[in-house]
Amino acid sequence: MKYLDEYRDAATARTYAEAIARMTTRPWTIMEVCGGQTHAIVRFGIDTLLPPQISLLHGPGCPVCVTPLEVLDQAVDIAARPNVIFCSFGDMLRVPGSQSDLFQVKSNGGDVRIVYSPVDAVQVARENPEKEVVFLAVGFETTAPANAMAVHRAKEEGISNFSVLVSHVLVPPAMEAILSSRHNRVQGFLAAGHVCTVMGYTEYEPLARRYHVPIVVTGFEPLDILQGVYLCVRQLEEGRAEVENQYSRSVRREGNQPAQELIREVFTVVPRKWRGIGEIPASGLGLAPPYAAFDAAKRFQVDSHHAEENPECISGLVLQGIKKPQECPAFGTKCTPTHPLGATMVSSEGACAAYYKYRRHETVEPSPSAAVGGAAP
Amino acid sequence: MIEDFALQCPIPLDDNPTVQMGHGGGGRMTRDLIEKIFLPAFTNDLLAPLHDGAILPPVGGRLAFTTDSFVVRPIFFRGGDLGSLAVNGTVNDLAMCGARPLYLSAGFILEEGLPIKDLWRVVRSMADAAAAAGVRVVTGDTKVVDKGHGDGIFINTAGVGVIETRLTIGPMSVRPGDAILLNGDIGRHGIAVMAEREGLEFESDISSDCAPLNGPVLALLDGGVEVHCLRDLTRGGLTSALIEISESANLPMRVEEETVSVQDGVRGACEILGLEPFSVANEGRFIAFVPAGEAETALRLLGSGAAVIGAVDPPGNQPPLVRVRTSLGTSRILDLPSGEQLPRIC
Repeated sequence: MKYLDEYRDAATARTYAEAIARMTTRPWTIMEVCGGQTHAIVRFGIDTLLPPQISLLHGPGCPVCVTPLEVLDQAVDIAARPNVIFCSFGDMLRVPGSQSDLFQVKSNGGDVRIVYSPVDAVQVARENPEKEVVFLAVGFETTAPANAMAVHRAKEEGISNFSVLVSHVLVPPAMEAILSSRHNRVQGFLAAGHVCTVMGYTEYEPLARRYHVPIVVTGFEPLDILQGVYLCVRQLEEGRAEVENQYSRSVRREGNQPAQELIREVFTVVPRKWRGIGEIPASGLGLAPPYAAFDAAKRFQVDSHHAEENPECISGLVLQGIKKPQECPAFGTKCTPTHPLGATMVSSEGACAAYYKYRRHETVEPSPSAAVGGAAP
Repeated sequence: MIEDFALQCPIPLDDNPTVQMGHGGGGRMTRDLIEKIFLPAFTNDLLAPLHDGAILPPVGGRLAFTTDSFVVRPIFFRGGDLGSLAVNGTVNDLAMCGARPLYLSAGFILEEGLPIKDLWRVVRSMADAAAAAGVRVVTGDTKVVDKGHGDGIFINTAGVGVIETRLTIGPMSVRPGDAILLNGDIGRHGIAVMAEREGLEFESDISSDCAPLNGPVLALLDGGVEVHCLRDLTRGGLTSALIEISESANLPMRVEEETVSVQDGVRGACEILGLEPFSVANEGRFIAFVPAGEAETALRLLGSGAAVIGAVDPPGNQPPLVRVRTSLGTSRILDLPSGEQLPRIC
């Protein structure tokens, strides 16, 4: 299949893996930022092709995993109301809030619908003027333009029965939080290709300089990831710390400027709580003042929710690359995709779910920093 | 479509264009429905007496008996509909027992307000599917539920088949070294239904693989292949079938990902939606476990599209796992999807 098979070619993959092995003279720890990359690495066993000195850490780039408990509780609260049609991306439905999830709301009679695009939710609002239609707007910079477009369109058309429950997060502040932590082990990053398709990569350049880390903008197919690792290791071995673009078939340095303008028009940068990690300053997007009327949290007055994470869940440490999923005592026992304690076990892109799906029968090698506990950046 | 319907449907459109509560009341309207819709479609000697049950002639062999309910939404999709599904689903369950399907029952739960022309289309499609599979619908039942208490139409079919082989077909007969055969490309049914349900438009037309499997299964048995186990790949797809048999047989298995055929359109849709083709539903695909030495004969009998996709390994110390060798030559463990497959965010 065109645009797919050429990036999954076994012979080229071996060539890259051998080149990486030849080049590697010492241990390096590289974090892939995006959950889509984690999924591909585990699904295709890409880490098993790499020399033992290279360890890959799974980053915080799974929107399902980092959406805070409070927002899920707000979603459940709103979705359960009788006059509401609650629209969401599919994989948010199973994410547990503190009491319930959206699937349970649906089975109790709530009108919860899966949509493939936020613009579809606007259409639902158009077709159901007597109902309040709410869209759960989560995700990174990747989903922000489409979510912004939905709100923008609703405002233009005067669709007053539409609103969004926003919990958008931004990648660079999370990378900075990891790099500035005293427990940081990350020496190089594979940045998220789709995020950079929208945003470009100029905002990563100061990070690379300040923390002296190579950052390689990387795609999602096996050969993308292998080439990303190759470029990253080459920089590490040569002592360079630059931003390089592996995913040039999709990413330009300046990104997609009309999309960025739309994001700036509809959203404003706000502090954001990340599930399992805590609040990171200027790490999220909220609705800008001209669009405040579309804020579902205000419209339904659910701002005051406060929730505590299950103390057994170490997803925060997993998201920061401090622990591997199998090092969690609850992994595969108390915590499974059917009964997840934390969000990293829910989404197919969550590191715990990916390990459960493909690796749960392997023996555990503790991370070097396994003694570190409860640390937040 | 309306003109087409007017030519065929025996109940005039302007008379009763939709199903009414009275159609399930046991009176004249019920009889109308039976005489004008069900009998003409399913006509056969065993059904004709319209007795409380069908009286079947003796058969020469063990019986296989199965039941399944069909609630798919939408009723019509590319490559099939609820009617063909209701017949093929039960026919295929019988075929997986190594049985020659003979008779079906058909129970209809109709929602008040269902267009009669839709019912007619579904019933015609059942009749065509039954004829294609060589089975007869010999007894049935219809109930009507209030509007809002159903989803248009639900169908239950039960089926009886005769087992003419001496083989014991099932997970207990699977042996280390068995070859695992698959009769064609996977994932088309699930994607076709999802495309219709969610209004997704793809550049390529993806059509359901809905088909009766008694033909290919009986070809294997009549061809003398020592079939150890059969399983049709319905909900949960190839993934569920492999894992269930591996667990029941308590034997590990391995599958070569490259040997499992997936149409480009299905692959593309799965990539976009974040679904795993291995776990997408099928309605005309099955896996067969046969001794390695008979794999070639079996492939020839199954015809084009069939492939050996893997093998059963000897028991190990670990719990039995199904390992997939990826296109990169690496290996991963196949795992059951938990609940429904959900489209990913990005």
